[in-house]
Amino acid sequence: MIAIVQYNAGNIRSVQNALQRLGRPSIVTYVPEEIERASHVIFPGVGEAGSAMKYLRDKGLDVVLQNLKQPVLGVCLGLQLLCRHTEEGDTRCLGIFDAEVKRFPPQDKVPHIGWNNCAALSGRLLQSIDPQQDFYFVHSYYAQTCEHTAAVCDYILPFSAALEKDNFFAVQFHPEKSAGAGETILKNFLAL
Amino acid sequence: MLKKRIIPCLDIRDGRTVKGVEFVNLRDAGDAVELARQYALQGADELVFLDITATVENRSTLLHLVEKVAAEINIPFTVGGGVNSVGDVSALIKAGADKVSVNSSAVKNPALLREMAEEFGSQCVVLAIDARRETEGWKVYVHGGRTPTPLLATDWAREAEQLGAGEILLTSMNNDGAKTGFALDITQQIASSVQIPVIASGGAGTVRHFAEVFEQTEAGAALAAGIFHFGEVSIPEVKVYLKSKNIPVR
Repeated sequence: MIAIVQYNAGNIRSVQNALQRLGRPSIVTYVPEEIERASHVIFPGVGEAGSAMKYLRDKGLDVVLQNLKQPVLGVCLGLQLLCRHTEEGDTRCLGIFDAEVKRFPPQDKVPHIGWNNCAALSGRLLQSIDPQQDFYFVHSYYAQTCEHTAAVCDYILPFSAALEKDNFFAVQFHPEKSAGAGETILKNFLAL
Repeated sequence: MLKKRIIPCLDIRDGRTVKGVEFVNLRDAGDAVELARQYALQGADELVFLDITATVENRSTLLHLVEKVAAEINIPFTVGGGVNSVGDVSALIKAGADKVSVNSSAVKNPALLREMAEEFGSQCVVLAIDARRETEGWKVYVHGGRTPTPLLATDWAREAEQLGAGEILLTSMNNDGAKTGFALDITQQIASSVQIPVIASGGAGTVRHFAEVFEQTEAGAALAAGIFHFGEVSIPEVKVYLKSKNIPVR
């Protein structure tokens, strides 16, 4: 069973819908045992980092997430919360990926909204994705590139579009809203 | 590179798509979910659904439609029309909308934009502006274009950005349905005045109009309805043309 982590962030239902379209049942849950038992865990989210981390700590989900051994996929805010720290609300995050999350400097439109492609693709999650394929992004904060960066997107500056370390995977874009290219990513993840 | 977005807009009445010319004379353009699916397959970058009846009785019909779209469509979509409160926004987002657009209700109560941004994040707050060119400049209209306000469109866009809007959907009422091209002047005026993305709307009649709006303004997206619904111009045609003009599209 696939577990989608439920917390005070939006966008959870659209992830479940995308899995449904792939014929894969999932549960949406904040119960630690259900998350720990799942074959795959998806950590989605659109929202504010400070209040999201507070919610996760209050529910004890921060420790649960950090200790998962099965494949974990962070999406959008989920990616940012898996990093070390974010400027948004000056929030300490889960620290899986050794990256700092910062707000885009105001040199172009912010949020970064729309379809963009990635370069420097590596790792298991992005296999068979080519640098011409576009994904749907919507975010005002970005993760800096680091040793765990598995794809780089260039908007205002180069940032981590995907991160990968051991059983932890994360994408800044929304695979559940990225048409066929996004479905490939989800299938890759579920095949891990 | 960030791509320019092409967005079909589906005006919804009782779960079906309609398109008015200058906001009147509605014609039935088909089943909304079916149209949405076709547009997604054709390479639409996003979809916008506007509930133009927006009565209390129709609300559950709309929510049901949003649920069906969210279940079947794998690209982002915005829903608007008759959104008056954070509760209305919450219901639409729970049903699966990625973004919610507000228009008249935000003019009446600008704090709604801030409340929406605080509750759901700016990324899902779209401010729709219906603007008409008048002697003293582009003025904001509300209630589906029926009621003038004293607001200047550019001032309102700036204020909305400060309040937390994440995107501006700008419709020129002068151009809407006329198929003579987008209102390039007000689109650029607003796009250069705010830091959030602007979606240009109203006036698309040919593929050239899409190239014009991206070459001559900083709009991040262009929206059209009737020409797509009635097959006068298709989304793949628009994209092929934009590519030939070296405008980045998906």
